[in-house]
Amino acid sequence: MKTKEQIALQEVESESIKISGAEAVIRCLLAEGVDLIYGYPGGAIMPVYDELYKFQDELNHVLTRHEQGATHAAQGYARTSGKVGVAIATSGPGATNLVTGIADAQIDSTPMVCITGQVGSHLLGSDAFQETDIIGISTPVTKWNYQITKASEIPEIMAKAFYIARSGRPGPVLIDITKDAQFDTFDFSYKKCNLVRSYKAVPPMEMDQIQAAATLINQAKKPLIVFGQGVILGEAEAEFKAFVEKTGIPAAWTILGLSALPTDHPSNVGMVGMHGNYGPNMLTNECDVLLAMGMRFDDRVTGNLDTYAKQAKVIHFEIDPAEVDKNVMADIAVMGNIKETLTKITPLVEEKSHTSWFEKFKEFDAIEFDKVIKEELNPSKEGLSMGEVLKEINNASGGDAVIVTDVGQHQMIACRYAKFNQSKSNVTSGGLGTMGFALPAALGAKMGAPEREVVAIIGDGGYQMTIQELGTIFQTQAAVKIVVLNNDFLGMVRQWQQLFFDKRYASTEMVNPDFVTIAKGYFIDAQRVTKREHLADAVQTMMASKKPYFLEVCVEKENNVFPMIPSGASVSDIRLE
Amino acid sequence: MEATQIFTISIYSENNVGLLNRISAIFLKRHINIRSLNTSPSEIENVFRFVIVVKMTEEKVKKVVKQLEKQIEVIKAFYHTDEETIYQESALYKVKSDSLFDERHIQNIIKDSHANIVTVSRDFFVIEKTGFRHETEKLYEDLAPYGLLQFVRSGRISVTKTPMEISDILK
Repeated sequence: MKTKEQIALQEVESESIKISGAEAVIRCLLAEGVDLIYGYPGGAIMPVYDELYKFQDELNHVLTRHEQGATHAAQGYARTSGKVGVAIATSGPGATNLVTGIADAQIDSTPMVCITGQVGSHLLGSDAFQETDIIGISTPVTKWNYQITKASEIPEIMAKAFYIARSGRPGPVLIDITKDAQFDTFDFSYKKCNLVRSYKAVPPMEMDQIQAAATLINQAKKPLIVFGQGVILGEAEAEFKAFVEKTGIPAAWTILGLSALPTDHPSNVGMVGMHGNYGPNMLTNECDVLLAMGMRFDDRVTGNLDTYAKQAKVIHFEIDPAEVDKNVMADIAVMGNIKETLTKITPLVEEKSHTSWFEKFKEFDAIEFDKVIKEELNPSKEGLSMGEVLKEINNASGGDAVIVTDVGQHQMIACRYAKFNQSKSNVTSGGLGTMGFALPAALGAKMGAPEREVVAIIGDGGYQMTIQELGTIFQTQAAVKIVVLNNDFLGMVRQWQQLFFDKRYASTEMVNPDFVTIAKGYFIDAQRVTKREHLADAVQTMMASKKPYFLEVCVEKENNVFPMIPSGASVSDIRLE
Repeated sequence: MEATQIFTISIYSENNVGLLNRISAIFLKRHINIRSLNTSPSEIENVFRFVIVVKMTEEKVKKVVKQLEKQIEVIKAFYHTDEETIYQESALYKVKSDSLFDERHIQNIIKDSHANIVTVSRDFFVIEKTGFRHETEKLYEDLAPYGLLQFVRSGRISVTKTPMEISDILK
């Protein structure tokens, strides 16, 4: 049997017939191994949609209800599958609606190719119907973008787009194709791209830096690892685990690094950052060597840079040279693909256990448990907490589910308390903080890992930003489990208003619709929980369902997420209440 | 706080539509004013060269250069201080022809400034002066009293004293 890639190439190449640019787009996608794309049709992309109709057995197109949904779905797909997500839209508003998802993919290093239709090349610059300068608009938020005005450019540019999107530090690429380039015919041939002369995907590994890092690690008395999404994107989970276990160094995760190491792993000491755990944040300012692995010292991780880990020597494992010394100066930069650098460094490090250093983390854990976690997971108040919902989801999933979160309090609670046994399980909008991300991303996540349970956890605010994607979930019947933690507030903003703006709750209270009725309107099974005694059963029912399922949990209206490092404060000024 | 100074950024790149936009966006995002910008071919066939002059701290220019180099179509970017480069700007001055004949002093200005007369017509003549900023500014000040019909100055063009290892990178 011929593979899809072969189908894409053989038929046309052997007969040497001319095909249209639009057909070439489809054949390029197939040649890149794409079998699923998300999008929304419209005037300037219609020739490509016409070809999609002809190729519908080979290439599944999911019609989202908004182009933003297509990008987030493509992101979710990329994050769980490790493949390049593809989103397609028409010119003008179709293209501009992609921008939020593209910016999100750029800041969270998600491989994505977006294809947009454009008005005919003779109309460019004439303010034609649905003309917009999407190249100009998307330039600052894409890894690369290109406007195709001739059909013959399509194979080379598409090959380049996929290579650039997935190689090195991944990111979004946008290809804009004028309508005449979609219609014109040309002799098609396709060659995969593996080199762009002006682009070095991975900087060369330097053995002396690795040796120097190993020496420093071996001398360290109180080392701390902070690992980010680089470990996941580099598919270096096994190498990372081996390194952690041999060196015996406590390892803390950034929000996007979550699930690279199982949450129950004995060396896993929790999350760093604004709502991270007490121990790793406090001890960042006590460690003697800080190993930053595939992370970029985001301000939500570091707090005030002037007081961040000043006592520590910093070793930065990084693939992107622009990240080194950007926020935190590195004493040693270990450049390269982290899978390779870890493979090289692990034999050079000594086997250790750092037992008394770990004890310090446990001391802080005990304080945090007492002051925060105990009440969050087993509330003494009547109202439900977000934490206890997570606890029930953990009980039902056993840590095997993919958790997709939106942005806000529910996101922080989910990332703090969700259990993960395997990698590529935490899908969230980290860098951009895009409300509305979760619902479409969960659809994509499920399609990227159909064998896995996917649970979306969303706040009542973000849910309503892309609620229309319930239609896509209904139409595809992707068995996504949707949990809305409803506190009738834009909770995180309200928390800031309470703590830093003297409880002036400006425009954060929401009068919400009947979410259960809305879900049922889309023929999605749904229920609402308002009381603790019904929670466990409701979560079990949802998880047992083989279909999409919606669960609204009405939680305490004015709970806060702690610990918290106030914006601009030091990591060691973390507040527990 | 580290002091700001003038840096000349040299970018070797592919010659593609949109790259200028991508490069200027890096400055825009960081709220950096570009003092001058020049684009031209380079010593390597099919490789383009941008010369951009900015005023900022060295810490900041280092980060900007890394961001520039990160762009797919940028082959290599460098930054240099004025001491490390040989640089020039060109200026054109359009003056009424009457001034040339009526004001003998103007001829001395042209001679002393080592400027060239590019063209002379019945109505106007055009002077060209290449040099440092203070030289083209001096000539501007000297000619202004006689009435400048037009004045324009190019962006800085610059070569470095030490070699740039750019040709090797493309191999």
